[in-house]
Amino acid sequence: MGDTVVRGQAAAERVRSAVAAVRDPEIRVLTIEELGILRDVSAEDDGRVVVTITPTFLGCPAMDVIRADVAAAARDAGCAEVEIVTVLSPPWTTDWLSDAARAKLAAAGIAPPVRRDDPGGRTLPLLMPALRAPRCPRCGSAATAEIARAGSTACKALWRCDACRQPFDHVKDH
Amino acid sequence: MTAPMTTTGPDLRDYVLRLGDDALVAAQRVAGWCTRAPQFEEDVALANIALDLLGQARALLTYAGELEGLGRDEDALAFGRDEHEFRNVQLVELPDDDFATAIAKMLFFGVYQRLLYTGLSRAADPTLAGIAAKAAKETAYHVDHAVSWTLRLGDGTAESHRRMQAAVDHVWPYTHELFEPGPPPAAAGPGADPAALRGPWCREVEQVLAEATLRRPEDGWAPTGGRSGVHTEAFGHLLAEMQYVYRAHPGARW
Repeated sequence: MGDTVVRGQAAAERVRSAVAAVRDPEIRVLTIEELGILRDVSAEDDGRVVVTITPTFLGCPAMDVIRADVAAAARDAGCAEVEIVTVLSPPWTTDWLSDAARAKLAAAGIAPPVRRDDPGGRTLPLLMPALRAPRCPRCGSAATAEIARAGSTACKALWRCDACRQPFDHVKDH
Repeated sequence: MTAPMTTTGPDLRDYVLRLGDDALVAAQRVAGWCTRAPQFEEDVALANIALDLLGQARALLTYAGELEGLGRDEDALAFGRDEHEFRNVQLVELPDDDFATAIAKMLFFGVYQRLLYTGLSRAADPTLAGIAAKAAKETAYHVDHAVSWTLRLGDGTAESHRRMQAAVDHVWPYTHELFEPGPPPAAAGPGADPAALRGPWCREVEQVLAEATLRRPEDGWAPTGGRSGVHTEAFGHLLAEMQYVYRAHPGARW
């Protein structure tokens, strides 16, 4: 890699495309860019490239892995010096998931968060009014029920479909 | 040479340390349920909540260490301090001798944290505001969890009602310390004034207790001292367990 070191804006662009392709360790079908974890990539005058990321949850245990994967991707793209900065503001929200990212989640059998402006979203008869029921990612039915609020990772809940009788993961609204 | 104190409230470092210690000790207690919760799903839920609280503690203690400027990181602050140096309220250190106690503490502390973090998300200090805005969304899930269990246990069987009421009665006196008067530092902003939080806290908690057919305890005995390093007997045991590895193997890395 040493003979392909690049600098400046070109370096930032190259690192950006490499880093943007890093997959989330816990939701492998999405990249950190699609999840909204990657906030910025910029080139400094001294040749460093600064990658700015934000956690989904403050205690997200995947952050160390993400930092290591980002550093490795930047190195492989020929960037000798990369600095990874973690910011908390503005706070991450599932609203940042694009339609394409939501479609990828559904294709992988994971119900994406329900958009706040989704007219078909059914509000749950629960105590937290912001929570909305997802559609089944397999058959599309709205007849779904929550099994457990805490699922396989901190950002997911476990649901089941009453139409096709399959359990599924749901990325929680946040 | 140290600069003379010019304000009567805590400085920002002390204030952030309080918040961090509250979250850290609460996390340690909640995490203690992992593998011994009443059902498997609850194991996962409580571990998730503990992880959220630990995440808050890490961000807050890291920031407190930066403000202090003595080179202490989150680990040094969490594992290198003794009992009297911790600034958490006594509420979070109380032993969870019954599942109902854990739920009562989560309800009272969670509602307080959500109100406080919501206020702090408008703080003049950008780092504190960023942590608070993130944490406020997480605590909404903790409150929801505690409320659903409070309803289930309070309005459940005669035995679950008896134990939930006993837990509420036992824990209630320790909630007063959360709202001890005293202005927060200017950088935290008026949204964090403890005196202003008690009203909304009482309304929310009282509504949950009423729906759960539980009696709201009378205000009386109000133990205090956590903010100045005075803790209950159980706290030393908690710290001994939490800090053992760090102190037995100083500087160890993996």
